[in-house]
This record gives sequence, structure tokens and C-alpha cells, in this order.
Amino acid sequence: MSESKATNGSAWPAVDLSIEFCGIKAPNPFWLASAPPTNSEYQIRRAFEAGWGGAVWKTLAHEPIVNVSSRYGAVDYDGRKVMGLNNIELITDRTLDVNLREIANIKRDFPNHALFVSLMVDSKRDVWHNIVKQAEDAGADGLELNFGCPHGMSERGMGAAVGQVPEYTKMIVEWVKEVARTPVMVKLTPNVTDVAAVGRAAKEGGADAISLINTINSIVGVDLDTFTPKPQVAGLGSHGGYCGPAVKPIALNMVSQIANDEGIRLPISGIGGIQAWQDAVEFMLLGSSSVQVCTAVMHYGFRIVEQLISGMSNWMREKNFHATTDFVGKSASRIRSWGDLDLNYKVVAQIDEQKCINCGLCYIACEDGCHQSIRIEPVPEQEFIARHPDHDQRVFESGCKSFVHGAGAGYVNSFTINQDTCVGCNMCSLVCPVRDCITMQPIPTGKESMSWKQYQDLLAEGKVAPIQPPTHA
Amino acid sequence: MSDPNSRLSIEQIDRNFAEIHPPLTPDEALTESARCLYCFDAPCVRSCPTAIDIPGFIRHIMHRNPVGAAKTILDANIFGGSCARICPTEVLCEGACVDNTMLKQPVQIGRLQRFACDTAEPVSSSFYKAGESTGKRVAIIGAGPCGLTCAHELRKRGHAVSVFESREVAGGLNSLGIARYKLTTEFALSEVARVSEIGIDLHLEHAVDGAELAGMLADYDAVLLAVGLGKTASLNVPGENLDGVWESLDFIFQTHTLPLNQCKIGQNVLVIGGGNTAMDAANAAKMLGAQRVTIAYRRDAESMPAFKHEYELTQKEGIQFAWNAAPASIVERNGKAAGVLFEKTRSVGEGRRGKLEVVEGESFTLEADMVIKALGQDVLLDFLQSVPGLKLDDKGRIAVQPETHATSVAKLFAGGDCQAGAGEEVVIAVQSGKQSAAGIHALLQG
Repeated sequence: MSESKATNGSAWPAVDLSIEFCGIKAPNPFWLASAPPTNSEYQIRRAFEAGWGGAVWKTLAHEPIVNVSSRYGAVDYDGRKVMGLNNIELITDRTLDVNLREIANIKRDFPNHALFVSLMVDSKRDVWHNIVKQAEDAGADGLELNFGCPHGMSERGMGAAVGQVPEYTKMIVEWVKEVARTPVMVKLTPNVTDVAAVGRAAKEGGADAISLINTINSIVGVDLDTFTPKPQVAGLGSHGGYCGPAVKPIALNMVSQIANDEGIRLPISGIGGIQAWQDAVEFMLLGSSSVQVCTAVMHYGFRIVEQLISGMSNWMREKNFHATTDFVGKSASRIRSWGDLDLNYKVVAQIDEQKCINCGLCYIACEDGCHQSIRIEPVPEQEFIARHPDHDQRVFESGCKSFVHGAGAGYVNSFTINQDTCVGCNMCSLVCPVRDCITMQPIPTGKESMSWKQYQDLLAEGKVAPIQPPTHA
Repeated sequence: MSDPNSRLSIEQIDRNFAEIHPPLTPDEALTESARCLYCFDAPCVRSCPTAIDIPGFIRHIMHRNPVGAAKTILDANIFGGSCARICPTEVLCEGACVDNTMLKQPVQIGRLQRFACDTAEPVSSSFYKAGESTGKRVAIIGAGPCGLTCAHELRKRGHAVSVFESREVAGGLNSLGIARYKLTTEFALSEVARVSEIGIDLHLEHAVDGAELAGMLADYDAVLLAVGLGKTASLNVPGENLDGVWESLDFIFQTHTLPLNQCKIGQNVLVIGGGNTAMDAANAAKMLGAQRVTIAYRRDAESMPAFKHEYELTQKEGIQFAWNAAPASIVERNGKAAGVLFEKTRSVGEGRRGKLEVVEGESFTLEADMVIKALGQDVLLDFLQSVPGLKLDDKGRIAVQPETHATSVAKLFAGGDCQAGAGEEVVIAVQSGKQSAAGIHALLQG
């Protein structure tokens, strides 16, 4: 969405964020993931009052577990906090009775919100039957089977220990479906080689929906003073579950794998590093009907839902979408095998000299990491000023000194793309700090579209000459 | 002069002299360091006379390695701590910063540099050791930033160095001549001590004359002249020697050598000049408790050589300005200065180079019980002319070969303010000291 251009005042259409997920209605697709923010009635009440459309109650078990202290570790990145978050906390540490009573209270007071209840018990048929009945009797709209927790519970044969074995997944889903009256959603672990295989097993077991991803196996760091892993428990650590903005690309890939698998075709609730409305839209474009959020709420609180709702609504207005079903899954089919991509499509970078601030980041990125296709030209200050129509912005006078921002030692570096050798890798445009300064321009190659798969066939048939390697390197 | 009853409390004066760029906290430094784009062939580095690897040291700070940051800074500029405080960064590194273009706000390079140097202070004196002795001996006249930098560089290369300083403290203008709200005396002296730790044979209150210099040239393997400049230039008007007329440097010196509440200050202070030193003196006068401070400059506001940020500081302090005011005489009352008679001027032609004309019949008097002359310093012409064969330029500064800083006299080098083409900033003097050391080292290596 372009921030510079607000939607026209006369065209402020209503958009409908409400969704229906396996027959369960929710005022919007923004749900809280089964995690610390959904630990209690108090928290979920605050969340629904703040505007969240649904929640997955933190995983129930028959007996409360015991947690350790401390529990979380974070990855900061160059001045920003919590790019990634890792935890070694387990499932609910409250009694089943208390949880069930509070679930009933929430459903009584928020009948129009979606309330799934996450479950994880010993891999025994009657134990699963029992917890399913209790959760549904308390008023759960749906069940989420936690086959994903990578730490702690997996050592006891639960969580990821189930979700990493398609046969176990299928078996337990079947047990649950024997008694469940509400939709059953299976939460998948990313700690597998082929997430779709587990998704198919869930489907075969009778699952009604898939949610993913659970957290990723991780060691978040090591304390350089004490030599203990983070988070530390009396000087020791354990691998934990990684989440937060850093994991989003991994989650998007797995969501698209599930969405594009013809053997699955189930509603998806997307999870993994959603901070901003754009993240949520991306999950939905790749096939999620609802999204679940945890880390951003743990960082900033429930209030972030206001920005999520507003951002998605305005984007929908701009794109003329009236309901989320207008765009859910719209981009999923655009994810293909590499071998389906067109070898004859070409883009090259272009630098807008008027916008360039002369930092040289594009140049050094291209020179050292890419394809040596950016020219650096030291332009004498006076010549630079003459070239620049906005030079009054660039020239600064102070006392007896006059100088140019971005200049030094009498010159300003000017950068241009050598489009003959540019391979269109995007890297310069990714590192450029100035908006729209480096753009990737499609170049007509005059050639028919040809994927690598087609190329192999044509080569075998002798119908095309081999594509020559780049000559400049 | 000062009326004891009207003096500010010492607490108030101390508050007035609080540093204008206070240190960054570690969190501020981390946040600020993350703003740096880490430019390639960075304009800030090219705009630093000592070419400090600025993106490099800022990245060290961001990655919580302030010691690495300080080492990067001090490798290029052993006076990095004071340059961080006093450099006119607005017209050097920060003026060049590309964030001026993108965000209209540069990275605060000076304050980050100070953060690194301050944080690493407990270990930074151990960064440098004297090199293995070469048996060569160098004499340096003047213990200002140029002389001490040269001494430090030569010690790293193993040469023995003796430094002769006429004043009672080393550091030159860095210790005594910088506005105290920019650089505290304590810090300047501690920095000199750290630089000297490498093993410099320092002789204070030892003025060198032409005869002694001749002896040194025979005695040492090389000699560096880093004597700086002399007295504040004269107004050449009647009454200039009256009680109550001050030289700007003497006025600033006292803020470093006396307790602030014992510094001499007038009620009504008139500063003559339009350069950065005039701004410094005027601000200090106000901070010391003068009720009214006026800067009189012979040209108009646009022609004033003081930097914009220095002028802005005077506006914050409530300094008044009298433009196009050329001093004609000091007004005397009871044997003391009581004001200045000015002639109104106008400029014929453009800017600072325009010819000044007196506007007849429009002279005026500004009352003052303290008049501070801030007209820049004269060269030490008598001394320099007493050195046989020493070639000076038309302004009386020592001509040198730019690469080596060698003068026209064999074995004699020159750097800092006394050298032809020198700039006014401490950071330029430091670079001059580095270049002189390289030139001397090349000679000593034969």
C-alpha cells in the first residue's frame, strides 16, 4: 500500500474482515496463538476487548506441568529488539478445572469470538478421548492438537514427537475424531523435512484444518561472560522453540507447501512471526484463512491488533477487496518449482541519480557479493552540484565554509549500473536505504518464455543452443 | 569590573558551563550507532582531516566493542577524545554524512566518538608502546596537539623525543584555549597525560629562542617547530592598552586556570570580532555572569566567518550583535575602558571580500566595562625570523614541503598553526603532527 497516497475520501467503502473458519465465525482473522498470551481468562478477555477475533487457549493437559526459570531468550538485530524469540516454557501450568471453568466464562461473555482450545496429552486413546470431551463440554468452538512443541514435551513422547511422525499424527487425529463434535485443527511442527507429508497424514486421520508453524528448534545464544546458553537455568540451557519476525519466511514457505498440496486442501491458520498487517496479508495470500499471533503481543501487548485491523482494512479498500475471501490464497498458485521459472525473463537494476544519497552500499554489495556491475565515479563537487537540480538541499554553508552533504575530499561518488553485465539479482535494491532509488526494470529479451524444464527438453531435442555463461566474470 | 553582589552563585556558573554535548549513555550510543549506514568510501571519513574510519568505529560500538572503536579512533587521531568534543563536526564529518540528505539529520559522529573514547579510557593508554629504540633523537618545540601527536608517532617508531613547552602545562590551546563548555580542563590534561605515557621527555616552562634552536639543530637528529601562534592581533586603535581591555585567549585561559567564580568578568561586555573565538568568548562572558554581552563585527551578519552552529549558540545565550561596527577608539573613563567608539561601515562588493567603507557621520559608542579583542592570533614573527635561512610565506608562516613538512632549513620541520597553509582546528593540527612525524621518520631512516 502506498503511504503517500491516502484512499480517496469519497471512496471509503466498508470492508468486511469477518471470517468463517471450518464453520466457526470470527469478527476478524486475527487470532492469538496458543502461547503465554492465551494462558488465562484474564488475558483472553483483555485480548477480545482489545479487538482480537479469536484465540487458541494455551495447551491443556490433565495435570499442570512444572516450568523452569528463566524461560525466554531473544535475538536482537543492530539496535532493534526481539527479531526472534525463543522459549523453553511448556504447556499450561494451571489445573484443568481452572482452565475449563475460565473457557466457559469466555464463551459465555464472547459468544461471537472464535475460541479454539489447544490439547496435548499422553499418546493413549482414552486419555485423548477424555480431554476432547472436557474441552468441548467447556464450550470450545474447536480443538487444536499440539503436535508441534519442540522442547520438553517432546522428550515425554508428546508435541513434536508426534508431529514428526506422520503415522503417529494420523493415529491420534483418528482417536480425536472418534469423539470430537467440533472442528479439529492440527498444529504442525516445522522441525521436519517435509511438512506436507505430515499435513497429509493429518488429513487422512480426518483433520478439519491445519495450523502452522509451531516453533523452530533453536539455541538462541550463549552468554559470553558466563558461557551459559540463553535462556539459562542454573547455568544450563536446553534447546527451545524459536519464533518472532525472524521465522516468518520459513513459515510462509511451509504454509504455501500445505496450501499447494493437492492431498490436503484444508483450511489453514497461518502462524509465524506476524508483527505487521502486511505479514498477515502475506500469510493469507499464500492460503491462510486466519492468522495467529504470539511474539508481537508478547513484545507490545494486545493493543497491536488496532494496527493490524486498520492496515489490512485500508489495503483491502485500496485493492477493492470487500471480504478476506477475495484474496485468501491468491498468491499460492504463484509458488512453483524453480524449474518452472522463465529463464528468458530479465530485469536489470536502475539507480535514480536524483534520489541517490551517495552512500555506496549498492556498489560494495555488488562488487564483493554479486556481479561487479555498478560503476563508481568520483564527481568533483562543483560538477556534482551543477548536475543536481536540488543542489540547494545538498549544499550547506556555515561561516566561511561551504560544502556538500555526501561529499568529502572534494568529490561525490556517483553510482551507475552496467546493465550489460547486471544479472538482475536485486541485491543493490535490497541494500539501498532510499525508497524507490534503485528499481528493477524488466528488459525485453525478445525471446519466448522458456523454463528450465522446457530448456532441458529443447536441448535434448537439439532445438536450442546451450545458454552461455556470463562473460564478464 | 565585577561587582561581587551581582556575581552568580558558583553552582549557577557551573551549570552554565555544563558541556554543550554531554556524553551519550550506552543505550543512546547503541541506538545512534544503529543509524549509521556504514557507507562505502564514506564521505565522513573523507571529510575528517585525520581520516578516522568512522563507519568502522561506529560498527564496533553497535556490536558492543567500545575498546575496538576507541582503538580505531586513536590509531588515526591520538587526540580523538578532545576532537570528539571540540571538532566543528557540523562542517566536517557530520556535515558530509549522507543522512543529511535522507533524514535531514546526520549521525552524531562526534558524540559517538566521545562515547567510545570515554568508555575505553581505562585501557586505552595501554594501546601504544614505544618502538624498539633507534638511537635517534628528536626535539619538538611546542607541546600542543601537533607537537604531542608528532612526539607520540615518533615514539611508536622508536625514536627518543624531547618536547619543550613555554607554558606551565602541555596541550597548547587544547588545554587552555578551548571554550570550557566544550572541553573541560581536566579532560584535556588527562588526555595529554595519556598521550605522554608512551615516554615523552617533556620540558615545561621552557621557551626556546633562536640561539637554543640553533644548538638543537646541531644536537638532535631532527627538530620540529610546532610553536603555534602568538598574541591576539591588535586593533590598532587608541586606548587598546587600557585596563579592562582583554585578549580573547587570556579571557578564555582564566576559565581553565581559575575557579570559575574567581574569573574576571564585566557587567557589560563588548567582544570585538566575528570569528569562532569571538563567539566562544562572548558565551563564556555570559556564562560567567555578565549582564549584557555584545559582539561587534565590522561587516554584516552574512559575512561573519564564525560557523553557523557557533552563531546559534550565541543566540541561545542571548548575546547581542552590532553589525558593520569598526572600532575607532576605546572610550576611557577614570583610566579604565568604558566603551568603544565605532564607525559605521558598509561593504562595497560581495561578501567577506567586499571593500569596507566608513559611512561618514554615523559613528556611535557602545558602553562596556570589559572589552575583549577576538581578532585571531598573530604569528610569532620575531622568533621565526631569528632562525637563519627559515623561509616564511607572505603571512609569516613557515613554508614546508607538504608531504614531509620539511622546512628550508636542514633537519628542521614545522607543523601546526605556525606552518603555512595550516587550518584552525585541533584535528588539523593533529594531522599535521602525523605528517610531520612521517617526514621526520623518513629522514631518520635515511
